[in-house]
Amino acid sequence: MHTKTLAELARGLRDRSFSSEELTRHYLERIKRFDGELNGFITLCEDTALAQAREADIQLSSGRPGPLTGIPFAHKDIFCTDGVRTSCGSRMLDNFIAPYDATVTARFKQAGAVMLGKTNMDEFAMGSSNETSWYGPVRNPWDRDTVPGGSSGGSAAVVAARLAPAATGTDTGGSIRQPAALCGITGLKPTYGRVSRYGMIAFASSLDQAGPMAASAEDAALLLQAMAGFDPRDSTCVDRPVDDYSAGLNNELKGLRIGLPKEYFGAGLDAGTAKAVEAAIEELKKLGAEPVEISLPNAGLAVPTYYVVAPAECSSNLSRFDGVRFGYRCENPRDLEDLYKRSRGEGFGPEVKRRIMIGTYALSAGYYDAYYLKAQQARHLIADDFKAAFEKVDVIAGPTAPNVAFRLGEKVDDPVTMYLSDVFTIAVNLAGLPGMSIPAGFVEELPVGLQLIGNYFDEARLLNVAHRYQQVTDWHTRIPKGFE
Amino acid sequence: MALKPAEVEKIAHLARLAIDPADVEGYARNLSDILAFVEQLEAVDAGDVTPMAHPLEATQRLRPDAVTETDQRTHFQACAPAVEAGLYLVPRVIE
Repeated sequence: MHTKTLAELARGLRDRSFSSEELTRHYLERIKRFDGELNGFITLCEDTALAQAREADIQLSSGRPGPLTGIPFAHKDIFCTDGVRTSCGSRMLDNFIAPYDATVTARFKQAGAVMLGKTNMDEFAMGSSNETSWYGPVRNPWDRDTVPGGSSGGSAAVVAARLAPAATGTDTGGSIRQPAALCGITGLKPTYGRVSRYGMIAFASSLDQAGPMAASAEDAALLLQAMAGFDPRDSTCVDRPVDDYSAGLNNELKGLRIGLPKEYFGAGLDAGTAKAVEAAIEELKKLGAEPVEISLPNAGLAVPTYYVVAPAECSSNLSRFDGVRFGYRCENPRDLEDLYKRSRGEGFGPEVKRRIMIGTYALSAGYYDAYYLKAQQARHLIADDFKAAFEKVDVIAGPTAPNVAFRLGEKVDDPVTMYLSDVFTIAVNLAGLPGMSIPAGFVEELPVGLQLIGNYFDEARLLNVAHRYQQVTDWHTRIPKGFE
Repeated sequence: MALKPAEVEKIAHLARLAIDPADVEGYARNLSDILAFVEQLEAVDAGDVTPMAHPLEATQRLRPDAVTETDQRTHFQACAPAVEAGLYLVPRVIE
């Protein structure tokens, strides 16, 4: 059952080849068998999942099921889930039972999907390797000694190992696309404002966006359909009709102009990864796409810009964790200041503390203009580069990550080196554009991701390109050894 | 910009973060590396480029001034570290 697409699973459920309860039990059993070594889940929701599955079976027999009715999924532990621990990968929220549902959670519930559990992630989504989680690192199913990428590392690993047919992720600087690339799955970060951020624990509010992680573009389209749409509870959510993401999957690619930014194929890109990405672009050419060389002259500013903007927003957002109203509180505080300082000092891990301090420094009196204002100007230059490019091309293609999965521990002591893992993904968040990563081959048995970047609200076209590519390649159907 | 340990302690105080004294040196090194990295931005001639506020140039929506939330105090306080009579408890603030 775990090799089927979401559409096949939905068909199986509707024609009663199997029930949602059987399907859910199948995945729960796989999780129990395999997740000990992967550590992809923080919380398994066996009882509620089976209850949701039984509920879905009633829906399925009553004859009005939706496309996700009875379909199990794994939910990144950044989305609030009423009555279920929502840890965000942090000791700070280890005891936090969310008192309400995020909009994305509510939408999956409404669609009749079955939540298998909450997936592991870098603490507060700050990381590119899933090593900053309070619950320990996630291992990459393709090679247990390598990282799955981050911050949505648990979601990527469990979909790759087929412990869940689909998962949710969030992407602030590459946190859906980079782990999707490193684990050999399909992940999409929508346009900023396409999916509600309500109840999604905030890291950098002007960059955070939720999206689907799945085995294929066709599956990602079904998930995005359930996630996308206006929500009055998120003031930055865009009130604009949602496209039908499955309708155009098979559109011809003839004449599609694909921009290849020369800055994405230069120094810093591993030779094997470059070769795989170039081969993928050849496939797209065979499908009728026309490559166009383009330039994003300010691409080199993206990572330094991000490491001002994101920490600044993080330092502000994370000031809410004060040990008073919810979350971790230190033992025997002397006074109120001691309560704040030790609750935060003990509740947050080192990477979160680093980012809070960088942000605090960048926003402090006398430094604001030099750091934050300058970075927001650079951000405009980066967005303008894309705007100019999209006058000449329909989509942009390049590598998702500069390398395949690296070894656990390899970059953990060197934050700047770790930050460069997202050198090709970050600009997309700064500009607010949609981007996706799809499997495009292997280097030494580790997956390579092809990144596709679209114009604002052009998710349907990205899915179309990805789906056509997946019709003529089989990288996305490969399952890591031992998980078949 | 290389941060001295005393500067790290000051930033940590502003951010209300208790840092183990043994870790201050390490943070000074890491934070200095990060600041040195982002200082590449100094070389950018941004002239009078408008700082970006929102990628879609959207402005904040206004909603009707109506009560939309119900009182859920007990429910929300169920996950608080310490409450009494509907109030959050903290160490004594006024001696």
